[in-house]
Order: sequence, then C-alpha cells, then structure tokens
Amino acid sequence: MEPKRTPLFERHVKAGARIVTFAGFLMPIEFTGIVEEHLSVRNSVGIFDVSHMGEISISGEGALDYVNRLTTNDASKLDVCQAQYSTMLNNSGGIIDDLLVYRRRFDYLLVVNAANTEKDFAWIYENRPSGVRVENQSEATGQVALQGPRAVEIMVRTCDGNVADLGSFRSMVASIGGVSCLVSRTGYTGEDGFEIYADADRIGLIWDTLMETKPLPKPCGLGARDTLRLEAGMRLHGADIDETTTPLEAGLGWVVKFDKGDFFGKQALLEQKAKGLQRKLIGLKSFSKRFPRRGYRVVVDGKEVGRVTSGGFSPSLECGIAFAYVDKEFAKEGTDFKIDVRGHLIDATMVKGPFYKRRRD
Amino acid sequence: MTQVPDDLLYTEKHEWVRVQDDVATIGITDYAQDQLGDIVYVELPEAGSKVAQMEAFGTIEAVKAVSDLYSPVSGEVIEVNEALRDDPTSIKSSPYGEGWMIKVKMSNQDELATLLQPDKYRELVGG
Repeated sequence: MEPKRTPLFERHVKAGARIVTFAGFLMPIEFTGIVEEHLSVRNSVGIFDVSHMGEISISGEGALDYVNRLTTNDASKLDVCQAQYSTMLNNSGGIIDDLLVYRRRFDYLLVVNAANTEKDFAWIYENRPSGVRVENQSEATGQVALQGPRAVEIMVRTCDGNVADLGSFRSMVASIGGVSCLVSRTGYTGEDGFEIYADADRIGLIWDTLMETKPLPKPCGLGARDTLRLEAGMRLHGADIDETTTPLEAGLGWVVKFDKGDFFGKQALLEQKAKGLQRKLIGLKSFSKRFPRRGYRVVVDGKEVGRVTSGGFSPSLECGIAFAYVDKEFAKEGTDFKIDVRGHLIDATMVKGPFYKRRRD
Repeated sequence: MTQVPDDLLYTEKHEWVRVQDDVATIGITDYAQDQLGDIVYVELPEAGSKVAQMEAFGTIEAVKAVSDLYSPVSGEVIEVNEALRDDPTSIKSSPYGEGWMIKVKMSNQDELATLLQPDKYRELVGG
C-alpha cells in the first residue's frame, strides 16, 4: 500500500528531513541529528509532526460507559477538557493499544498509535452498544507536539487562551494564528509541553506560526521522539507492550482501575493477579559503550531470563538504557543482570521509574 | 551531495579502500556516515589481528542502530586509527580522511578486482 503523507510532509522534505515509512506514513526520522534534536527538547524546545496519530471520537448516550468498558483507566474521573493515559485490552488482557482519553464537551476523544488506528477503530466500532456513535477522525485531524521547558513561551506568544496556567493533562479549545485547535498539556518526551490538534488542512498554518516564534523550536523527528520517550520511561506499543502482554506485566497497573465496573480484559487480569505475574517489564541501565538493543538476551547467572524490548543510547544520560521483560523472581534491584550484546555480556543494573526525570520548579 | 572520490574502491556495504602498494586503508563512505546519523562509538580490532574479505572487523554504534563493519580485503591489520576509540566524530566530518579506520597488509591483492569502481558505487548510492 502506498504510504500516506501527513499534511506537513512537504514542509519536512523542504527542510531536508530524512524520511522513512513508519506505521504506513512517510515521516521524518531526523532533521539535523537525533542527539541534537533530543537535547533541544531537554534544554529548550522542539516541535514534532505527530499527525500520523489516530483520533477516534466516541459520543452519544452511553459514551462514558462505553469508554470505561473499552479502557482500563476510569474515564468517569475526567472533568470536561481533562485527559488521561489508559490502555485498551482484548478479552485475554493483552494490550490492543495504549492511548490518551480526552473528555470533550460533546464526546470522548481517543488518541491512539498510528500503527493501530485501523485495528482500534474496528474493535471499538464492532463492540459499540446501540446509541453510541464511533467516528474515525484520524484523516481529518492534524497534530503537532511542542515539547520542552521553553514550549510554554512560544504558546504564550501565539495562543489566544491562557495556556500558561493550563494544568498537566488538561486541555482547552483555543486558536493559534487564527486557526482553532485543541491545546493539551501532554506529551511523549518527559518534558513540559503541549500537543495541539487541528483540522488536517489547517495544521500547517499552526506549524508555521510556531516555527516563526521565539525561542524558535527545533524540528524533531521520530528518532528523537523515541530516545526521549525511552528516557522518560514511557512504553512504546509494538515494542514494549502488545496484545501478548498485559498492563500488569508492563508496569502499567496504575492505569487499571478494578473498582470501576466491568471492562474488556478485566477477568483475565484478575486471574493473572490471583496466579501471580510470571514476568515484569523493568528498566536497565548499562555503562558499556556497547548499547542494549531490542531483542538482545538478558542474562542472570549465565541463564537467559528475558529479552530487551526497547533499548539504545541515552543522549541525556550518556549511557545505555533499555526496557526488558524478565522472569518475576529476578525483577528486583540488586540483581546482577548482564545483557548479551552480540556475544559480549555487558553489566546492567535495574532502575526503578523513569531513567530521566525533569527538574520541576 | 554524497562524496565518492575517484581514487578509491568500494564495497556494497559502504566501506572504501585506498590502496598503496600492498597496504589497504579502510573506512566507511560519506553515504554510510550520513545514513548512520549520530555515531556514538566504534569498535575496532587490535593491530596484528587478521581480517578476511567481507567479514566483520568491527562495529559502529549509532544512536539509531548498530552496524557491522566489513573488511573489503583479507590480510593483517597493521595500524588502527586509535583516535576513533575515544572520539568517533571524524568518521562523520572526514570519512575519507581523518575518519579512516584500519590499515591492512593485504594477503591477496586479487580481491581488489571484486570491489566496486567509483562509478559503480555512485550508481549504488544514487549519486
């Protein structure tokens, strides 16, 4: 199938980005270099085209109950304009996708991974109760992420709303350069920042406005998006989580609310909980110049205890970092882990929580 | 535009060779360094070790991925660019100069005939 283009594709080509096909879209992987882009987001501000992401709207009588049946977090806790991170499970408790759920005035907006949009929509559409309307708005929606400690300065200069006081995981309807949009204080980098949704045919105007505003944001590609999210301890669907892993194994138990009523996968998760987990996703840090990569074996006492699901060089910490599923009994700090890097066993230590935490003032 | 100097021979895996008598100086091409993006570390053999044609003699750790380095010729490594071990940035800034990797005393110069001429390599990388 011919890869799709986001509304910003021509701008990326003109900017000299290196383009790859990702999740069926032609996307910039890097503009000037992953490390430079990564550090711009950590130290100043970067801008990402994330128009490939999927947007699915659920509305009508019973929309809230349906969202709560589809997803593991409790959507009834959401105020209007609030967002929450969540997972959507199949009946075996496997993760169909991880997503953001926004409560808007007249609907719930589910923002899903590009690679899963069609699959997610099919699942959500098939299971819909009568009276609930499900709409795939992905093609009509463009999305830009402005991320970094100085993102707020650009937003204050360009956005008509009071964005400076917008709380984390809160959103507002606003306009940027005359284009109406949904502005959300969320992101996938571990920094302060915003995600901005607008009509696909007008998102380019927003991109241009933000690009011209000081402190000029650095355009960033998927390469930096991946190193940033890994440092921030965020899971990537298709790598760290998928339909064969559950949120409990993935360390995402905090978005599973067992007390909210029934949801897809609940029974399977309760059974898994009762039986005890077999494996857990952990963070590993290594100081070798050989870096852990996806698929590498994790070894304890000469025996394979798991595999790396995401890994690489951390530009902020200047060391190797990785996620890996390991047998539960070894998933504790102090275990003497080794990672088999193409025949070389390198030392690795388990890290609890994100590898990188931003300074908050 | 990617640089492909006329006085070198190339491999399909994007290494170059500069031949002087029976010594081959080896590195990776401008195209290769551009494709790799940020390079963090390069692992090179020790002087005195043997390499065989199109077998891995080292690896490059880039932020994006790790890649093997393939030797265009067989022989004995007689010199290694030690500076790269601490700082591999010259592989990017000067792939055909300061970014050279190893010098090999060739054991079979007939192998040179199997390598790509500059024109062929230019075709390969669309230059």
